[in-house]
Amino acid sequence: MYGRKVKLRFLLIVTILIALILITFLILKSLEENVVYFQSPSEIKLLTEIDKSKIRVGGMVKKNSISINSNEVNFIITDFKNEINVTYSGAVPNLFAEGKGVVAEGFLKDRNFFSATKILAKHDENYMPPEVKEALGEK
Amino acid sequence: MFKLFEPNKIFKITSKAPKYVLFLFIIVLTVGLVEALFISPEDYKQSDAVRIMYVHVPAAWISLGIFSSITFLSICGFVFKNKNFFLISKSLAPSGFVFNIIALVTGSIWGKPTWGTWWAWDARITSMLILALFYAMYLIVWRIYDKEEKVYKISTFITILGIINVPIIKYSVDWWNTLHQPASINILSKSSIHSSMLYPLLIMTAAFALFSLLIFLMKYNTELIKIKNKGLDRL
Repeated sequence: MYGRKVKLRFLLIVTILIALILITFLILKSLEENVVYFQSPSEIKLLTEIDKSKIRVGGMVKKNSISINSNEVNFIITDFKNEINVTYSGAVPNLFAEGKGVVAEGFLKDRNFFSATKILAKHDENYMPPEVKEALGEK
Repeated sequence: MFKLFEPNKIFKITSKAPKYVLFLFIIVLTVGLVEALFISPEDYKQSDAVRIMYVHVPAAWISLGIFSSITFLSICGFVFKNKNFFLISKSLAPSGFVFNIIALVTGSIWGKPTWGTWWAWDARITSMLILALFYAMYLIVWRIYDKEEKVYKISTFITILGIINVPIIKYSVDWWNTLHQPASINILSKSSIHSSMLYPLLIMTAAFALFSLLIFLMKYNTELIKIKNKGLDRL
């Protein structure tokens, strides 16, 4: 139905695409550590050595874990398997709250203590009006 | 198969279409904006900042959709050696690029009050920036080269390189830990966005799609007029 040239051009496109997909896959696979924006407390626990460089830890702020004294905010980040204690001094974003997502940027003191230099609130994918949230909460 | 592309015939339709599309666009945009800014409720957590989503998400969808379309059309044009596919791609690209920039800028404006930062080098945001760069490359190539054959080949190659990035954008939030939240709207399972917020979002998407169509028609008509002026009635 189609000429030889048409088929060959199609074949060329397909081979280029497959090659590029494989290359991209390999690159992303090898760079995985750098592609992730933050690590979970469980991943921190598995670290063999504690690096001095800046990292990010993310998870949920544990319920009833936020304590504020003078300028310092202390809280616990949990992924419901492992936890890490975070200390931070400075202003936190408006959406920072217990039971909500958070990403802390800073330095590890050891596997259980993290000193944050920046706090980002992570928003989840749930969008609803306040009334619906209240109704859900009552259940 | 596609040999019967006659600029005159197509021009008869596409030259009249823009005014109807413009009319429809204004109506849908008005309804969408009223829905998004006044009727739809505020979010339980981010309150009025949620309204940025009604621009951000449709813009991102449209820019991804247009990039996928120009890739498909460029490949068809390359395989079947048909000029019309390239002209359609060329005419589609600018509005896709504009929506890509809008998605990045509105995302940044939303990020400051919710996340606490204007910009994060996370996988979703970075891959979206890469898409904007591919759009830029695609548009630049059309301006650099005079030889049509060369433009067709290079632009097709750029779209093929760029299309690899599109599934990465889509699934970045599922594959890796990102600051950006995962998708709220799922076709197969229940969406995690309330219906009172979903409808304005869909109406705004329709409005943006109409805007893209409008810009496309205007660009495409220009291309057809250029061909006519060269005195060719057939390609």
